[in-house]
Amino acid sequence: MADSSKKKRSPYTKDRGTLGAFEGETVTRRRFITAGALTAGGVATAAVALPALGFALGPIFEKTVREGWQDVGPEADFNPVTYVPKVITLVADIGEAGKTTIYVRKAVAADRSPSDKGKTPLPYVAISTRCAHLGCPVRYVQAAQRFICPCHGGVYDRQGKVVGGPPVRPLDRFYTRVVNGRVQVGQRFSLNSKLERFHPRDPSNHLDGLWQYLYPRRPTT
Amino acid sequence: MKLPTPPGLRRKPPRPGTTPTRNGAKVNGAANGDPKALKQAQKQAKRDTRKEQALEVPIATLSWLDERTGGGPFLRAFLFRKVPKGTNWYYTLGSATLFAFVNQAVTGVFLAMYYNPSTTQAYGSVHHIINDVFLGEFVRGMHKWGSTVMVVLVFLHMGRTFFFGAYKYPRELNWIIGVVLLILTMAMSFTGYLLPFDQRAFWATVVGVNINASGPIVGPYLADFLRGGAEFTSTTLSRFYAIHMLLIPGLIIALIGAHLFLVSKLGTTAPPWLKAEKARELAEEEI
Repeated sequence: MADSSKKKRSPYTKDRGTLGAFEGETVTRRRFITAGALTAGGVATAAVALPALGFALGPIFEKTVREGWQDVGPEADFNPVTYVPKVITLVADIGEAGKTTIYVRKAVAADRSPSDKGKTPLPYVAISTRCAHLGCPVRYVQAAQRFICPCHGGVYDRQGKVVGGPPVRPLDRFYTRVVNGRVQVGQRFSLNSKLERFHPRDPSNHLDGLWQYLYPRRPTT
Repeated sequence: MKLPTPPGLRRKPPRPGTTPTRNGAKVNGAANGDPKALKQAQKQAKRDTRKEQALEVPIATLSWLDERTGGGPFLRAFLFRKVPKGTNWYYTLGSATLFAFVNQAVTGVFLAMYYNPSTTQAYGSVHHIINDVFLGEFVRGMHKWGSTVMVVLVFLHMGRTFFFGAYKYPRELNWIIGVVLLILTMAMSFTGYLLPFDQRAFWATVVGVNINASGPIVGPYLADFLRGGAEFTSTTLSRFYAIHMLLIPGLIIALIGAHLFLVSKLGTTAPPWLKAEKARELAEEEI
């Protein structure tokens, strides 16, 4: 095939002088079988690897089955001034690891959110203890009227708004309602600094300014 | 490249007609006709024959294997390869890291025999390993402290490679593999930290996963992948356990294989100060 660089190569293997070429054949048997074996191997690998990968990545795209409304006590337990700690279950059947403390108080006019427009405002304020920095459990210090995080020094005011430390947004809350004189707590929601409601986000995800566009709402929540 | 045959691997058969002895003097004594010396020489010869016979078994086994694998020359080339002048104790840090990894793998396998990766049982099973299982506290301690030792050794090994300039051509790929191994070691530390499932393990992992979530755009998805959902569930623990004991160890073993292959293929570098000496000599000659 010395002349192949100058002249256009013939599409037929026989013209190219390939050993054992057949009349009218454009691909040698060796090439054809090699390509066939590679394709078969690729298909077989994909048939195993893709389901396995999808299996491992599934939770990213799956919707979480949420817990329903949970009873936290009669209305008489709560008042508009002090927070009452209550334990609710976030994930069932995993013992203590699935439970969390929330702080509940009766809502007042000052607790109205811009998201309440045209709706009845939430009757109770139920604050999540999951720090908006990296998820450590905050505690409420009554004397200072502050939520304080033990891990990296995040401090929130009585409304859960950030007043110090690294958190990027206010503390999350839970929806509340009153059924037959008993207070019930529902789904988690996140808030921006104006206390507007958003779908729940991971701690450390911003909800203000341009930053909020870098943290998409996850499909699971 | 011709390598000298190391002692011990090839045994020459004794020449016919001669009795192999350990001590020539004794044979001479026997030749003089001293009956005591003669008896001693006979005893010695008998002992030597028995030793020969005992050695027959491992040698036969080894040559059986060698004949069927052809691994002898490869093993000899690997174990008795030439190393540059100036090779010192710092060059053992890689082997030390490998030893730490093997320790983690072995103790990890045995810990897995008692550990139960469920949110309600995990803490109890670790408690059981420490307090009830024979030598449990020791084996668990080996794994726990061994992990720290491994991380320290990885960094020392990396520092040696860096300061000796051993990452330069043609060893860049080995440096890259080493960096991937460093990242995998960190991932091992992260996933292993959750497994005792005490308060420290739980909250450290919550914080660690949320640090992943803080990455723009992909962060929340990464956190979902690690947790196996939006919340920390029993899936999270079994997921971390599977990553810790199956996924990453497999990758580490494969990459250590590639790392060692390149080391044996490319050889090690001389310490930088040797090069400096040579350059000075050359400079003097040129003057």
